[in-house]
Amino acid sequence: MEFKDYYKIMGVARDATQDEIKRAYRKLARKYHPDVSKEPDAEARFKELGEANEVLKDTEKRAAYDQLGANYQGGQTFNPPPDWNAGFEYSGGKSAGGDAADYSDFFASMFGRDFNAGGAGRASPHAKGEDHHAKVLIDLEDSYHGATRTITLRVPAMDTQGHVVTKERVLNVSIPKGIREGQHIRLSGQGSAGSATGKAGDLYLEIEFRPHPLYRVDGRDLYLDLPVAPWEAALGATVKVPTLGGIVELKIPEGSASGRKMRLKARGIPSNPPGDCYVILSIALPPAHTEAAKELYRKMAHDLAFNPRTKLGV
Amino acid sequence: MNTENNLSQLTICIHEEQTQLTLADLCRACSIHADEIIALVEVGVLEPQGREPEQWVFIGDSLHRARKALRLQRDLGIDFAGAALVLELLDEIASLRTRLRAMGGEL
Repeated sequence: MEFKDYYKIMGVARDATQDEIKRAYRKLARKYHPDVSKEPDAEARFKELGEANEVLKDTEKRAAYDQLGANYQGGQTFNPPPDWNAGFEYSGGKSAGGDAADYSDFFASMFGRDFNAGGAGRASPHAKGEDHHAKVLIDLEDSYHGATRTITLRVPAMDTQGHVVTKERVLNVSIPKGIREGQHIRLSGQGSAGSATGKAGDLYLEIEFRPHPLYRVDGRDLYLDLPVAPWEAALGATVKVPTLGGIVELKIPEGSASGRKMRLKARGIPSNPPGDCYVILSIALPPAHTEAAKELYRKMAHDLAFNPRTKLGV
Repeated sequence: MNTENNLSQLTICIHEEQTQLTLADLCRACSIHADEIIALVEVGVLEPQGREPEQWVFIGDSLHRARKALRLQRDLGIDFAGAALVLELLDEIASLRTRLRAMGGEL
């Protein structure tokens, strides 16, 4: 078991005052709170922080930890001496963050796994089982057409010896047509079993789209970059556009500039109301690989007398 | 690794749009007292349909918003009004990020 340096985790000195610890915790909690943070390891950091705070904010636990920790460094192998925590009395108190079950083995060896476990009412025989959450990746097409997908979830479970093992759970899920990124599919009764007469919890699958080669997604709307030839943009043209529902024809007005945004109504995600598909024109230059092409460019340069930088004053 | 198969078709709904919850449902799901849900409605974190608390109907999204607000309040030492502000700003950041990505921008 690894010794945990709670002072290091909190970024405070060993002789920090309780107020300094409180301030350090608040600051780091804001930085690493999983609901707020963009840090990749936010969840793990926040858990660690909660555990450190649980010990250091409480003068009794802090004293016990200090007595033990004087000879250890963070990460060192820790062997708890027998009955080392005898003589300390813990008054408990409400846990600030996370479940006691999330605490490290190191914490558990010091203060016990059952410390503050669960909230009030957890033990009720009517308690509903816990809800489970998972993120699933689907294709944009699955939302557009609706689809049935086999989804594999990895679920930590306890085996008969009490070890934590990873179970694979395969679910056949029909993806509702029109579901958007960030929305959840609820699978009733697929969470943890409830206690005695309680109902099982639900399983929530949060939808995320795999990056699409053509479309970018904003809520129910889609964005597509459409390359057009300079003459199509200049003279106007009717061009083919791929949409999720098939190819449609789009009329490019004459004199269109690069970046012009055109809307294909109701060609986005088919919810109620349906999303739109925005087509962003991007003018593609024909390559000047051949002498004939070069000659055309030279002719344009000569005949058009075009300065694209007039607005820059040069 | 063990495999548990559950390949029968499951009852599905888009939680944000099709789940409807009463005040009692929300209290049970979040393991909190109705007063706290009422306080979350007062600061605008939750926006139920219906006039009186007994008639309130919450959409499914409320469950996640309520849980998030409760976590923020508990973990960051802020009140519900502060949590409401954080949620609003988080929503705004999320929508700006998707818009930016949709426009082809990088973060």
